Amino acid sequence: MYLKTMSFLAAILFVAITAAEARDQIRIVGSSTVFPFSTSVAEQFGKVSKFKTPIVESTGSGGGMKLFCAGVGQKHPDITNSSRRIKKSEFNKCNKNGVGITEVKIGFDGIVLGNSKAGPDLNFSLKHVFQALAAKVPVDGKLIDNPYKMWSDIDPSLPKIKIEILGPPPTSGTRDAFVEIAMEGGAKKFPSLKALKKSNKKQFKAIAHTIREDGVFIEAGENDNLIVQKLLANPKALGIFGFSFLDQNADKIKGASIKGVSPEFEKIAEGQYPISRSLYFYVKQQHLGVIPGIKEFVKEFTKEGTWGIDGYLVDKGLIPLPSDVRKATMKAARGMDTLSM
Amino acid sequence: MSDTSKFKLSEAKPDLSPKRLQKRYRAEARFRLYGITAIVFAIGVLGILLGSIISSGTSAFIQTEIALDINFDANIVDPEGTRTKESFLEGNYRKLWRDSLFTLFPEVKGRKQKRALSKLISRGADLTLREKVLNDPSIIGTTKRIWVKSSADIDSLNKGKISRSTIESDRRVKNHQIAWFDKLIDENRERLAFNSSLFTAGDSREPEQAGIGGAVVGSFLTLIVTLLLSFPIGVMAAVYLESFAPKNRWTDIIEVNINNLAAVPSIVFGLLGLAVFLNFFGMPRSAPIVGGTVLALMTLPTVIIAGRAALKAVPPSIQEAALAMGASRLQAVSHHVLPLAMPGILTGTIIGMARALGETAPLLMIGMVAFIVDIPRGLSDPSTVLPVQIYLWADAPERAFVEKTSAAIMVLLLFLILMNLAAVILRKKFEKRW
Repeated sequence: MYLKTMSFLAAILFVAITAAEARDQIRIVGSSTVFPFSTSVAEQFGKVSKFKTPIVESTGSGGGMKLFCAGVGQKHPDITNSSRRIKKSEFNKCNKNGVGITEVKIGFDGIVLGNSKAGPDLNFSLKHVFQALAAKVPVDGKLIDNPYKMWSDIDPSLPKIKIEILGPPPTSGTRDAFVEIAMEGGAKKFPSLKALKKSNKKQFKAIAHTIREDGVFIEAGENDNLIVQKLLANPKALGIFGFSFLDQNADKIKGASIKGVSPEFEKIAEGQYPISRSLYFYVKQQHLGVIPGIKEFVKEFTKEGTWGIDGYLVDKGLIPLPSDVRKATMKAARGMDTLSM
Repeated sequence: MSDTSKFKLSEAKPDLSPKRLQKRYRAEARFRLYGITAIVFAIGVLGILLGSIISSGTSAFIQTEIALDINFDANIVDPEGTRTKESFLEGNYRKLWRDSLFTLFPEVKGRKQKRALSKLISRGADLTLREKVLNDPSIIGTTKRIWVKSSADIDSLNKGKISRSTIESDRRVKNHQIAWFDKLIDENRERLAFNSSLFTAGDSREPEQAGIGGAVVGSFLTLIVTLLLSFPIGVMAAVYLESFAPKNRWTDIIEVNINNLAAVPSIVFGLLGLAVFLNFFGMPRSAPIVGGTVLALMTLPTVIIAGRAALKAVPPSIQEAALAMGASRLQAVSHHVLPLAMPGILTGTIIGMARALGETAPLLMIGMVAFIVDIPRGLSDPSTVLPVQIYLWADAPERAFVEKTSAAIMVLLLFLILMNLAAVILRKKFEKRW
């Protein structure tokens, strides 16, 4: 009876896989922003070294940390990527589970407010950005629901078009960084809010981090390509996305200047362009020597030809660290210095 | 309206006047028009969808290649001088094609310029050359004209996806690079060739090297597991419930639950897979065996429901006749009812499998949404599947991945059409009408 043989086969299959073999391949999880860089290095590493190509999962920074800090052993990942620094709570969780960490800062990523080439050239201050996006803004000394509908309502020097901004959802690291740098930076420009930050940090954060929900800000999903396409269809709209997408689509879209500084490679690298964040990866020290190739992978990542000014990650849109910081980080990374917080 | 008029209406004779007749005809014509409009609209939308995918995806099947005269210098290819595979793997193949390229453009000097020139060629050229040497070591010491892939940017330029008329600062390919490329075209060193590596290669960060080979193999392995688990279990459950189980409250509850399970969002099965198979059983992450098991759970209700419907459609007289001839219940079912119901069961199974082929959500939780270069060779090798590959490429910043995404969608659609076609043919050919 073939039914019997089929079920028998299925049963065998099931038993066979429970006998898991030792892992000989690096596993990386974490941020979708770091994903393109991490995968480039993984691919190159697989080609030039004698080790297998590492597996890179795109789980988001928070999700990656959760997996990474869950414990030591075959079934836990060896490296996690992050588009923000590890939080104290995550660090504590890692420590509790016996995970020792080496931190490697790999470079910067600019966050761009862009629009279609057919739209107007824009120049904002962080204050403008906050006023356009926050749910509550101070007007004449009072905190009220955001009344601004046109850019010219905020500042007469801005164009007379409707405020319409497409951006990532709250689960995205890009959104976290944008809110933290651009919106908080803008909020601090109001003396009343600045005073609030000193007296009540929690309340200040609630105001600075809350994006308006009256249809002016449109959540466009995690896919930055989608935002770029929507901008082309609607030249009046602005989008929030990573610098690499501007870099790839410079013939169709342009980035708004912030405080007169346009989002260009050199200006982000020099720290002039204000909305940029650092990217990291974290290595599990207990897996060194257990899972083959981790040290060599870190070495490949921190080569000048990889993350330097002329390295291949720059072609992928990474903005490298200044050369002295790069040298120091390389030394610390290859020496597997332990992170303490 | 008053009561009297209502009374009159009910008493009225059928209105056979031409006017009313015409009204009825018009109503029918209108209804047909609505139907046709609905169908035309549906076909139109499908046409737009397919049209946009096909128009942006077909160019991915060809790839710009550039001919270089490669001097396979023994010192570079075989640094250890042993003529063994190990030594060939150590060779500096990058130097080979770069040297060849630089001799074509002797006027290019300086590190920066040379770097810009090298960007015409794919970084995968190293592997193309290494393959040539590994396949045929006798070419060492000779000079051969080899076609290597151009970089993705040059490929986009050649296919017109990067316009030459945009101003230079906004274009990814700069003016001097275009001039170099034009010189290559003039010397007949450029061609558009069929991109076979799109089907054979695994994923890559470089669009021109990326392929769906790994994802197709992954999908195949995953579906095998799904089929092996869901088909026998589903059929046995259907047979038991239909022919053997007593009709009582318990079987009613089971039936309701099966119908409910068929409507559960697929991500829930992924969470279950994470909790049970990965965390409890300790199965490997990203493996087709786990993906297949999770998808099997998802397709089981479909198979059971289709199986029961097919078994129900076999007339009871067949089973009764078998029983009357002295067959046992099991013999009656397995010799007579099940073979007659098989076409229907298979159709349901194929449709369930087609649905499993298109799933990404449950696989996200068990780590199959990952960048995996190596092509999987077994059920516990890390792998990804076709829809996941599409999802990953759609999210990539590199412009050249747009056409790859569409090409991968076309391949996935082709597989789905083939599976559904198989279901239709099975039904048409073997289904019996009573």
